[in-house]
Amino acid sequence: MRKLSAVAVATVSALALFTGAALAEKLTIGLASEPTSMDPHFHNLGPNNAMSVHIFDRLIAQDEKQRLSPGLAVSWKPIDDLTWEFKLREGVKFHDGSDFTADDVICTMERAPEVPNSPSGYGTYLKGKSFKKIDDYTVHAITEAPYPLMANDISTIPVISDSAGCGAATEDFNAGSASIGTGPFKFSDYKPGESITLVRNDDYWGDAPAWSEVEFRPIKSGPSRVAALLAGDVDMIAGVPTTDISTLEAKDDIQLSQGVSNRVIYLHMDQFRENSPFVKGNDGSEIKNPLMDQRVRLAISKAINRDAIVDRVMEGVAIPAGQLLPEGFFGVSDKLSPEAYDPEAAKALLAEAGYGDGFQLTIHGPNDRYINDAKIAEAIGQMLTRVGIKTAVETMPRSVYFGRASRGSPDGLPEFSFILVGWGAGSGEASSPLKSLIHTFDKDKGFGSSNRGRHSNAEIDALIEEALQTVDDEKRQDLLAKSTEMAIENVAIIPTHFQVNTWAAKKGLKYTPRTDEYTLAMGVVKE
Amino acid sequence: MTDSTIQSVAPASVKVETPFQRFRAEFFESRIATCAFVIFTIIVLLAILAPWITPQNPYDLAQVDVLDGRLPPGSEAFAGYTMWLGSDGAGRDLYSAILYGLRISISVGIASGVIALFIGMTVGLLAAYVGGRTEAIIMRVVDLQLSFPATLVALMLVAVLGKGVDKIILALVVAQWAYYARTVRATALVERSKEYVEAAQCLGLSRMRVVFGHILPNCLAPLIVVGTVQTAHAVSLEATLSFLGVGLPQTEPSLGVLIANGFEYMLSGRYWISVFPGIALLLTVASINLVGDQLRDVLNPRLKK
Amino acid sequence: MTVFVIRRLMQAIFVVFLMSVIVFFGVNVVGDPVYMLVSPDADQADIEAAIRRLGLDRPIWEQYFLFLKGALQGNLGDSFVFGEPALKLILHHMPATLELAFSALFLSIVLGIPLGLFSGLYPDNPVSKGIMAGSILGFSLPTFWVGLMLILLFAVELGWLPSTGRGDTASIFGIETSLATWDGIRHIFLPALNLSLLKISLAIRLTRAGVREAMGQDYVKYARAKGLSTSRIIFVHVMKNIMIPVVTVMGLEFGSLIGFSVVTETIFAWPGMGKLLIDAILQLDRPVVVAYLMIMVLFFVLINLVVDILYSILDPRVRLQDQGA
Repeated sequence: MRKLSAVAVATVSALALFTGAALAEKLTIGLASEPTSMDPHFHNLGPNNAMSVHIFDRLIAQDEKQRLSPGLAVSWKPIDDLTWEFKLREGVKFHDGSDFTADDVICTMERAPEVPNSPSGYGTYLKGKSFKKIDDYTVHAITEAPYPLMANDISTIPVISDSAGCGAATEDFNAGSASIGTGPFKFSDYKPGESITLVRNDDYWGDAPAWSEVEFRPIKSGPSRVAALLAGDVDMIAGVPTTDISTLEAKDDIQLSQGVSNRVIYLHMDQFRENSPFVKGNDGSEIKNPLMDQRVRLAISKAINRDAIVDRVMEGVAIPAGQLLPEGFFGVSDKLSPEAYDPEAAKALLAEAGYGDGFQLTIHGPNDRYINDAKIAEAIGQMLTRVGIKTAVETMPRSVYFGRASRGSPDGLPEFSFILVGWGAGSGEASSPLKSLIHTFDKDKGFGSSNRGRHSNAEIDALIEEALQTVDDEKRQDLLAKSTEMAIENVAIIPTHFQVNTWAAKKGLKYTPRTDEYTLAMGVVKE
Repeated sequence: MTDSTIQSVAPASVKVETPFQRFRAEFFESRIATCAFVIFTIIVLLAILAPWITPQNPYDLAQVDVLDGRLPPGSEAFAGYTMWLGSDGAGRDLYSAILYGLRISISVGIASGVIALFIGMTVGLLAAYVGGRTEAIIMRVVDLQLSFPATLVALMLVAVLGKGVDKIILALVVAQWAYYARTVRATALVERSKEYVEAAQCLGLSRMRVVFGHILPNCLAPLIVVGTVQTAHAVSLEATLSFLGVGLPQTEPSLGVLIANGFEYMLSGRYWISVFPGIALLLTVASINLVGDQLRDVLNPRLKK
Repeated sequence: MTVFVIRRLMQAIFVVFLMSVIVFFGVNVVGDPVYMLVSPDADQADIEAAIRRLGLDRPIWEQYFLFLKGALQGNLGDSFVFGEPALKLILHHMPATLELAFSALFLSIVLGIPLGLFSGLYPDNPVSKGIMAGSILGFSLPTFWVGLMLILLFAVELGWLPSTGRGDTASIFGIETSLATWDGIRHIFLPALNLSLLKISLAIRLTRAGVREAMGQDYVKYARAKGLSTSRIIFVHVMKNIMIPVVTVMGLEFGSLIGFSVVTETIFAWPGMGKLLIDAILQLDRPVVVAYLMIMVLFFVLINLVVDILYSILDPRVRLQDQGA
């Protein structure tokens, strides 16, 4: 109440002064996951990136559908096979009043991969690239081989200030002294675990945001977050649990916005071990790994009732998946649709492959990573049991799960036989999942790093690698679509659904949903 | 074992009663305790008989259908029976799931309680009776253990051990034994200095006999009180661990897992998913506590009027 | 007395050392933090670089040695997730937890002891029966469930109190606390109540049991016979005798309050170190987990030491026995 009246008083006085020009209004947002740092180069993690977008612009911006648009660079293009040229925006000022120039870009690209203690830096996106200042507003990026994804990679790097940020430590960013960017909001206060407060940058080069002040409050527990919204403690929340969506929909003073994300939930199957540790015969004996057989994999895909998962487990808030990214993204195939639910055909395929009586299998999944992950694993367990594959379900916290799923076996290989995982395409196009999930596991080239089923197909590999060297957009689109089609045809992976994210705000506020799952104050507008 | 206590204080009575009859009469004097005892007996019976009196085996994935998920009480399941208490998110009939869950919760609570009691009792008696360096070491270990909140100890252990009924029991035992040890030692210390122990020693009775035959029975009353509190605590600790995501497996839910699962539905109006298991848990724990309370009153000679 | 204290101190130091071994190795068995930390976009070379940067490529005993070396200099390692010293992070979150735990302790003593006293003195009064029934409920309901019910009732339905978070803080004697502002008190009330429920029940039961036992004892009968007033008997003689066990237990329970605050802080989004710990466990931020546990060990060993010493002053038999060893 006090807060409301304070806002009201502020509003009235602002009206009196500016007659409605720039209203002093505060927005409070409840976040599901908290950024781990205010240093934009410290941790390459969704919540951190979302927060840094407020303070630090990128050379190239990603819009709500992850399409690229000019940010601090007004244009970019390859000038030869190995060089990209970026023309920088002129007249942009940092929050401390200094001018934005090519020097800031060069020092940003130097610091981003080299932050001390960084658990996961931005080197991934800057590997094999060097940067050269041509003049104050022109920068060249030089690669060793033709590289089409330059713009996507560059769009992930937050630009910091040469004078205030480049020599600073992570602690300086957390304290605010180094958190000087060019973005629509300025750093105001950071209390880890409690709140992050930003204030409007009135000199922003782009569209000025509607809010004079934004406070982000991390509230991890889903029901508590919903309760905070219902109690009026926050104006908007991210990550509305699917179970509460229908309740919130029924309320007049709450408004929901939903959008499909770039995250696919899928199943990986052990395709590299003759005897897989969590596959057993009906009598519990060791059998030859049936998941090597494409017919068995197809049978599993057909046994999964995707509509039931979406409808019952996800309460309608998800989209059945037939490939790695939802339609509308670059590189998706228009020929693929979700595998139809057909338990009879699944049984027939199993019989044809010599498993008419089924076998025993364990599905492993996380229970705190994706929306309703444990319940999905359980539903899949039920569905497979119905077609004769007696499936046990084991879910665990992600802290234990991902390590074991990646290299938990005694010889450092993936431990499980059949797993539920998700993949968000950070780059917003299909090469990201193809490269990491479908391509053969290849340490030297850095491919297949999350290919925990170790599917391997030389033909698909060749297509993916070709796509990654093809600068021509149209050709690349075709190559990516083709490799996706082949991967699905071979049942390298079984996609189940695409996550749909839900935000809820009090009446009068509207949030534009984003495929990258970011919660941005810039996206909140008054209706 | 309780005879000595009761006999020693029993007023000269005209009626000839065995100690057990007398104990029984005193226990059922309280209507609340009687009620609690009856409720607890019913709960245990329901839990034991669960496979024969439920329409569904909630642990058999072939019998659980996600299409039956989140149905309100009284709905009809796909397989034809009526779900009087509704179903949970995975399509388990809540009535069946609660009875099966009771089995797990009660056995986890009792098993961990009994093991912890046995270990704690032995260690505590040893400390109190042997004294000296052994006592100092044992009590340091107990302090060490107690210096960690039970929640934290169990949390760390389960995080290391992984999920599963046996692992939860182990974690709960480790988290709880020290409470028993401390209680027994404290009581035994007081008892040790009493005349009857000296008398027993003078009579030349063996150490073992003095400890187990004479000191132990006198430590039972506080042990029972701690035991009931701890058993109740074990059950809700297990629920807490499940809430934090490191408890029992989702597919074989205890009451704690059922409540934790229902937790996310609390604001969505689907009250039955966590309220019914919550009531079952409440009745179980409360009846154990009430029975323990009455036992304590009956067994403690100093409270006799 | 001095010998007694020194002895206990030596033991405490040994305990802390032993715990550092157990905690360090225990925590390092769980999971694989690298896969929690790296971005999914990272390739195999990035992952290996991260392993090296976090020092996880070294053998475990070497990691422990480095940790011990740092710990002796007051450095408990840097958080994997936040990149800041773990000790600094914990100290930063500590005031919020301490004020929560103290408020809960305060509530449980202020509510529990009088209620327990009443029900112990008048065991057959219907109000006493109600109090005892309530205390049974307090024991039987899971904390997390009660927490949500409190939010539902007081924040969502009635709108009296804020649902989550810590309110404004102000400084009293140089300590930032929410107990210094009205907004802060409004914020702390529900989580403190949630956290204290179990302890209120405990205080009620302990006090009641103590009172009932004391009332039947000889010294009370003598006091009665001497003609002392009932209120004097209760508040001077009985209270003095029952306060020792009650205070001892409540003191020890302060530790469990801090431990249990993990759950309460998660539900109420209270920015304390319990929440820091659970997040650290879930994200496998080992240095923070180890540092937290080490601080807890130190803290509780100290509490124990103080309780032991107080106990030995209050009940000389304990001290004599220890020295006789």
